Amino acid sequence: MNTLQKVRFVGKPIVFLLCLLPFLLAVGDTLNITGQLSANPVEDLLDRFGNWTIRFIMITLAVSPARKITGWNWLIRFRRMLGLFTFFYAILHFLVWLLLDRGLAADPGFHWGMVLEDLTERPFITIGFIAVVLLTALAATSTNAIRRRMGRAWDKLHYSVYAVGVLGVWHYWWQVKKDTSDAWIYAVILAVLLGLRMYWRWRKTRRGLSRSHTIAR
Amino acid sequence: MLIRKPSDIRPSEITSQQNYLRRRDFIRAGAIAGATVLAGPALGAVVPEGRRARLPDIGKSEFSTSEAPNSYEDITTYNNFYEFGTGKDDPYRNAQDFRARPWKITIDGHAEKTGTFDFDEFIKPFDLEERIYRMRCVEAWSMIIPWVGISLADVIKHYKPTSNARYVAFETLHDPVRMPGQRRRVLDWPYVEGLTIAEATHPLTILAVGVYGESLPNQNGAPLRLVVPWKYGFKGIKSIVRIRFTEKQPPVSWNIAAPHEYGFYANVNPEVDHPRWSQASERVIGAGLFAPRKPTLMFNGYGEQVAHLYQGLDLRKNY
Repeated sequence: MNTLQKVRFVGKPIVFLLCLLPFLLAVGDTLNITGQLSANPVEDLLDRFGNWTIRFIMITLAVSPARKITGWNWLIRFRRMLGLFTFFYAILHFLVWLLLDRGLAADPGFHWGMVLEDLTERPFITIGFIAVVLLTALAATSTNAIRRRMGRAWDKLHYSVYAVGVLGVWHYWWQVKKDTSDAWIYAVILAVLLGLRMYWRWRKTRRGLSRSHTIAR
Repeated sequence: MLIRKPSDIRPSEITSQQNYLRRRDFIRAGAIAGATVLAGPALGAVVPEGRRARLPDIGKSEFSTSEAPNSYEDITTYNNFYEFGTGKDDPYRNAQDFRARPWKITIDGHAEKTGTFDFDEFIKPFDLEERIYRMRCVEAWSMIIPWVGISLADVIKHYKPTSNARYVAFETLHDPVRMPGQRRRVLDWPYVEGLTIAEATHPLTILAVGVYGESLPNQNGAPLRLVVPWKYGFKGIKSIVRIRFTEKQPPVSWNIAAPHEYGFYANVNPEVDHPRWSQASERVIGAGLFAPRKPTLMFNGYGEQVAHLYQGLDLRKNY
């Protein structure tokens, strides 16, 4: 097997199953098979899926820097799958909020006005929702065919994954009551991941500039 | 055949309540140690109902709600007690080795009778009562808890506060060795709380020493905690070591931490939202995954008893 085949037939199935594990565990705990949810099961699921969304966005954003540092070009082949798992957990987080916490699923008192009020008047919910909308757009345009058809516009759209990272950490930070230590950890990791890109870009443009200088001279 | 008639001597006449409680704690400590060795800390950490000292002579109260209480497990595995960590299950995970005896309580400030007392000596003069109360957390979840406690009004009367005593201030133990959560400065330790003297002497206000007829688990604030059912849960300061009568409004921990989010009064109020989330409804713990949220009641449903305390006070400003 060459590297491409190894990625396709060994790497991807294994990574796929690993990425699915938090979801399977959540289902197992909900059904009291693998364990159990906390005394506040809705919050438990909401927190789990929210946490995994942030972890997956960090992992996804780490692919390119890791590839650049290690020189392992095959890493890039996992990026789309990781990005789609970010979307998967974000949607689960959003659905638990809408269906179970806000009560669309079973609460006879549910009304959309309540949801609308949350979306417009609770800033941390607003930015979380914007992040979910952006992620939906990225997931919907993630196939090769659409990418080809969109051309340069695809790159522009998919740069918004950086915004999703910032909005995600911000959303997390804002809802913590007092202990922001976990939020700090995510913020620092995100700063490193985005900082590395900025540094590389800055170095590239400087080098480009000095080169064009040489040519002009 | 020898027919034995029941002894005329009640067990409580031989074993004092203090010794009974102490002995139970000793047995419990041994049981935990044994369970920990067998099952590892994760499983051994939960002390189930029926394994703590049974409190004697508990009276009933007209203030108890008829709503069904939450399970012992819900009450003892899901709560906030930052002295043992900021996660909801941190208190029950990290408080199991905490020793709540010996325990001293200092009464000072504007009162005729002051001093430092041993816990057993402190509660001895007062009657134990079961109070099944609604508990509404500022984080918008709620439980029904069958506390066992003593009336704070009785305690206050006992220590004869002077006319200068307009507030009552409370303080939690500050001991980062025994309370690992205090090793990080999440809050300004020790945790402090306060009530007006009218709130403190209100018949609903109690100092709880137990739950479900048993002595209070460490994670719920052993050996002594405040319960003020019409206020958000964070007013119920735990593991109290000091009660002080003051003339000025005492500082309170959450107000120090975030003054625009938490005030001195912290009365349950569905009309005044937390700056970041709504207080109009609450998630009922134990109701299950598909249960709807419940509308939050003014003063947590105790308005009839307490609304008069706040007449003329702007509750929007005095949150």
